[in-house]
Amino acid sequence: MSIARQKPLFPHRHLLGIEGLSRPEIEHLLDMAEEAVEVSRQVEKKRSILRGRTQINLFFEASTRTQASFELAGKRLGADVMNMAVANSSVKKGETLIDTAVTLNAMRPDIIIVRHHCSGAVDLLAKKVGCSVVNAGDGSHEHPTQALLDALTIRRRKGRIEGLTVAICGDVAHSRVARSNLILLSALGARVRVVAPSTLLPTGIERMGVEVFRDMRAGIAGADIVMMLRLQRERMDGAYVPSLKEYARFHGLDDEKLRLAAPDALVMHPGPINRGVEISTSVADGPQSLINEQVEMGVAVRMAVLEALAQHLPNA
Amino acid sequence: MLHAPIALVNARLVDPVSGQEGRGGVLVSGGLIQDLGAGVTRDAVASDIRIVDCGGDVVSPGLIDMRVFVGEPGAEHRETIASASRAAAAGGVTTICVTPDTSPAIDDPAIVDFLMRRARDNAQVRVLPVAALTKGLKGREISEIGLLGEAGAVAFSNGRHSVRNAQVMRRAMTYARDFDALIMHVAQDEDLAGSGVMNAGELASRLGLTGIPREAEAIVLDRDMRLVAMTGGRYHAELISTSLSLDIMARAKQQGMRVSCGVSINNLTLNENDIGDYRTFLKLMPPLRHEDERLALVEGLASGVIDVIVSDHDGQDVEAKRVPFAEAEAGAVGLETLLAAGLRLVHADQVSLPILLRAMTSRPAEILGLPQGRLAIGAPADLIRFDPDEPFVVDPATLHTVCKNTPFDEARLQGRVKMTLVAGAPVHE
Repeated sequence: MSIARQKPLFPHRHLLGIEGLSRPEIEHLLDMAEEAVEVSRQVEKKRSILRGRTQINLFFEASTRTQASFELAGKRLGADVMNMAVANSSVKKGETLIDTAVTLNAMRPDIIIVRHHCSGAVDLLAKKVGCSVVNAGDGSHEHPTQALLDALTIRRRKGRIEGLTVAICGDVAHSRVARSNLILLSALGARVRVVAPSTLLPTGIERMGVEVFRDMRAGIAGADIVMMLRLQRERMDGAYVPSLKEYARFHGLDDEKLRLAAPDALVMHPGPINRGVEISTSVADGPQSLINEQVEMGVAVRMAVLEALAQHLPNA
Repeated sequence: MLHAPIALVNARLVDPVSGQEGRGGVLVSGGLIQDLGAGVTRDAVASDIRIVDCGGDVVSPGLIDMRVFVGEPGAEHRETIASASRAAAAGGVTTICVTPDTSPAIDDPAIVDFLMRRARDNAQVRVLPVAALTKGLKGREISEIGLLGEAGAVAFSNGRHSVRNAQVMRRAMTYARDFDALIMHVAQDEDLAGSGVMNAGELASRLGLTGIPREAEAIVLDRDMRLVAMTGGRYHAELISTSLSLDIMARAKQQGMRVSCGVSINNLTLNENDIGDYRTFLKLMPPLRHEDERLALVEGLASGVIDVIVSDHDGQDVEAKRVPFAEAEAGAVGLETLLAAGLRLVHADQVSLPILLRAMTSRPAEILGLPQGRLAIGAPADLIRFDPDEPFVVDPATLHTVCKNTPFDEARLQGRVKMTLVAGAPVHE
């Protein structure tokens, strides 16, 4: 029996992105999340891992489900959770991101969950605070907990990720969900395709280790997982795609297109969905849809992340 | 309804694809060319088939005009599908591409559908709608390229105006590439062209008119070529008018880009001096240029840098032209004089007949992906018969178009079309 402290299975103080995580670290988080699923399905959901700890949800961008999911995760682990309503805060009065970070840091939180509309903003904030930081989405860069919850959902349903063909469809160019997912799924051995009109594909995507399709029928043919992305309303109207109608026709997932995927294909969407645009109601509510399961896995994955980071908190 | 078989015999067959000429005939039935060559003679054809003895006249594919303004919907006082179709048939034009700058613009699949139904019921020649590249032709938002293409749009153009915003153009090209859609564009920097009404230069200065510099065209064309290189789309410069543009196109083609260009018959056969005494019928867009530029264009046609000749048919009503030059609308009718005006270049020994016809038949067909425009067994029987030497004087009163503003008013031309077949049916004799 060794008395030397074991190297922790998740050695990071922050979770800023999937980039930089090793396959064992990702799998460790998913394993922890499996346990959190069980906890969340019990009547008594409360744990004490984060008792006495303070978690601040700092959302510079409006969010309902992600913020609620982090709040529940923190509370189930026993933390005191505070939601910062940024719309009413000093940020709107012109305070810089760094000043906000320094101010919050002085309140001695243990974990800050941050969403920001600028790519890289969460990294910047993490450098200015003494506590752990979780990226809840930064601009078009990363959304690591979404990728983890997607992976957990797939792994529970399919039993594996290795070797699966996953088609990520839609506004890849502006999607942090797509970036985190393609890094994570590739790391776990999935074959990742991206499917979008050229205007919604980031430059150089061909060199990011994915197969690129402009034609959705070809792109989802034989896929095990069809992962739809949300199309922001402001991008529908002539700037990137001509219209909602045309987008739905050529890039919306409906029953007819879904039949081209593998017979046991599963459909995912990070939500909130635009019914009739990127996904038809019959597919979103159909038997192949995992959309609600993704939400459940979201809480579990965030509990796992908070627990993993808690090991590095002072006095842990 | 398919027309009864016809045999055109004793003709001088000109094949624009191979550049070959030869005596012979063409046998037409079922809307297609069934046989052609020296073997199709009066004696060889079955007795119950109508025989047309061409007496040595040229028989070639019918012309394909990639740029025709028809006022449906919204400007029927300037041209209708029926009148444009009659004029086209008389001029030997068997396929017309209609521009999207109607009112409303052709930016909705329902309008494409409307035009195709109107053409089916009123046109004797083939009518292909070119849809708007941007919504309302405003140059701000991409139109429904996929749905418009499914409805029958053959290409996408911004009408008579350039897309000013390079980001919009880039996205339009990027998006169009997914559908392998052809973008057609009139390149002209609107700011540089400003209030110009004719070619910038000594003559404009003498006339006291504001000029449009050649660079107004070159700057936008150059920008577009860089965007094509960036996005990999298919691009057709609809109307080039200067040697600067020829250089840009030649370079882009050398680099293997999927680009082509067209020239108006007016810029190819007239120059700024024809404006003379402020003749508004010669007010055109792009403007008539210096004779050196015209000669460069003719050379570009002969060398193949220029792919296509268009009539740029754009009838203007009397009141739009019976005003001072600066206030007149630009544009001229051209369907009925396209071939004869082009034959001026042949008679002047500047280009050969097959090269002229190639730019009016097979090249437009290749660019648009059409089966017609060639003399080949199995090809659609869109054919014309003409005597390239027969002289005539252009009499505006005899034109079939609603508007009569031809820049060839009273001009002596040669080469009247004697017969036009569309899908094997005579539509003009």
